[in-house]
Amino acid sequence: MPILETIGLEKRFGGIVAAHDVSLSIEKGARHALIGPNGAGKTTVINLLTGVLKPTAGSIILGGKDITAVAPYRRVRLGMARTFQINQLFLDLTPLETIGLAVSERLGLGSDWWRLVGGKSAVTSEIVEILDTFRLGDVMHERTAILPYGKQRLLEIALAIACRPQVLLLDEPAAGVPDAERQELLATIAELPAEVTVLLIEHDMDLVFSFADRISVLVNGGMLVDGAPEDVARDPRVKAVYLGEDLDA
Amino acid sequence: MAPLADDVSAYLARRARWSPLEIAFWVFVFATIWLFPGKYLIMKDTAILALFALSLDLILGYAGIISLGQAAFFGLAGYFSGLVAQYGVINEPVIALICAGLAAAALGFVTSFLVLRGSDLTRLMVTLGVSLMLGELANRFSNITGGADGMQGISVGPALGLFRFDIYGHNGYIYCLVVLFICFFIARRIVYSPFGLSLRSVKGNSLRASAIGIPVNRRLVAIYTVSAGFAGIAGGLLTQTTAFCSLDVFSLDRSADLLLVLIIGGTGYLYGGLIGAVIYKFLQDWLASLTPQYWQFWIGLVLVVIVLIGRERVEEWTAALRASISRLGGRFMTRPAAAGGAAPDGR
Repeated sequence: MPILETIGLEKRFGGIVAAHDVSLSIEKGARHALIGPNGAGKTTVINLLTGVLKPTAGSIILGGKDITAVAPYRRVRLGMARTFQINQLFLDLTPLETIGLAVSERLGLGSDWWRLVGGKSAVTSEIVEILDTFRLGDVMHERTAILPYGKQRLLEIALAIACRPQVLLLDEPAAGVPDAERQELLATIAELPAEVTVLLIEHDMDLVFSFADRISVLVNGGMLVDGAPEDVARDPRVKAVYLGEDLDA
Repeated sequence: MAPLADDVSAYLARRARWSPLEIAFWVFVFATIWLFPGKYLIMKDTAILALFALSLDLILGYAGIISLGQAAFFGLAGYFSGLVAQYGVINEPVIALICAGLAAAALGFVTSFLVLRGSDLTRLMVTLGVSLMLGELANRFSNITGGADGMQGISVGPALGLFRFDIYGHNGYIYCLVVLFICFFIARRIVYSPFGLSLRSVKGNSLRASAIGIPVNRRLVAIYTVSAGFAGIAGGLLTQTTAFCSLDVFSLDRSADLLLVLIIGGTGYLYGGLIGAVIYKFLQDWLASLTPQYWQFWIGLVLVVIVLIGRERVEEWTAALRASISRLGGRFMTRPAAAGGAAPDGR
């Protein structure tokens, strides 16, 4: 049984069709990439999956449960977390506070207004583990706003992982990261826990082909090809799209 | 790994600890009972304003909700405590005060759903509208509220059955200070709790907050309700300690003053409302004695100057002073690994 599945997902904005008949099926533990040219509807699909947008038609199934009408924050609790293409961080908090927040939230302490943050040792040990994994220990007391961009990118992913997702949606994780900090980021992505299913949205073909074991190609809001990386690479329709015969590259 | 773990747990343990400066602040606050015996009335008003400003700081400084309608809760609870005392429903002031706070919190809960919608400007108007409506209701039902004349001669029983409110305001002032401290203590627990941290995340980036599983609206409703309760307790204190309540409790001035207090004192570190209230009240008192007719002009001028200079610059100027005070404090209290650490509230 796939861990995440969409059936005939469609989204219209007035007369514009941003996504139509998007059917994805992602197996547990998969490294699945969703690619496509600019404007193909990749971000729309992410927003539909996470509940930021409501689909016009179709359904989304997470771990066998229909979550099409479930509120965004509840989807996180059901095991789906995401990162953002453009950093969405808490600029006034430090990485330590940011991770502490997410861990406390996941352990159901978020409405606890009397105990202190980290009052439970389980919270502290998990914060330490995540800061360590994402190499954020040395900057954990800095305000997020002043962190180097690469560190912010790491925190972006660390924050999603702190939600302990079954399915992690990575929206262009390497976008805009300078070369000097890129290796660290890519290494971290490669080391993501194997049991976490990852759906990667990316422009960078090197990253896609080194990371993914399955690739879906989205064009004009519809699914063009879905298959193993070598099949996708050989597919003439994909080549046509990416060589810009009928669309921009 | 091990040093990191120690650092994290040391930081989390240290984060919410009372600093020597804070302890000194509260020792001084309570020492004013003996230091300035002739000033009880203005100090009592200051304590009430400070609590009222604290209620706004909870939503503005921590959750990013701006409001011009805190007077709705202040006024409701003010009349509530007046009425229960006058009709002898609850004769003991502490219980009456708690009930007044709960009544205000209930109103806060109901109206919070209006505040969830819209931008800052919408919120200003909606909150203002609610307090105007309540003020008009109090005016309309003058048979109960006394209308424009106010409720006079409310007889308030002794607090806890022991401490009668004397005409010098001595017991009234102590009563206000104790209530202020208890409310402050609760607010401080709230802002250092996981709930308080989640509020700051909602204020900083509500999109991401919901993307890590935080029910944003529910958190905003919760803090708005708590804030309304605090504002209500402030209103109840005023009625109980003056034995009087008039339509003025709902006035726009009252809500607007709060914003001025927080502009002076700053938001998001809890002491802003307290410090701002002290400066505002004494500035007002001093200016009013210099120029009884035109003091509002000078208050206005001071505000314009503060905003033009910018609070950041004032903070820069006083940074050296504050650093030396905390060094001094450090000698009395060991603070491990303080170097390079961000301020506890991360500002």
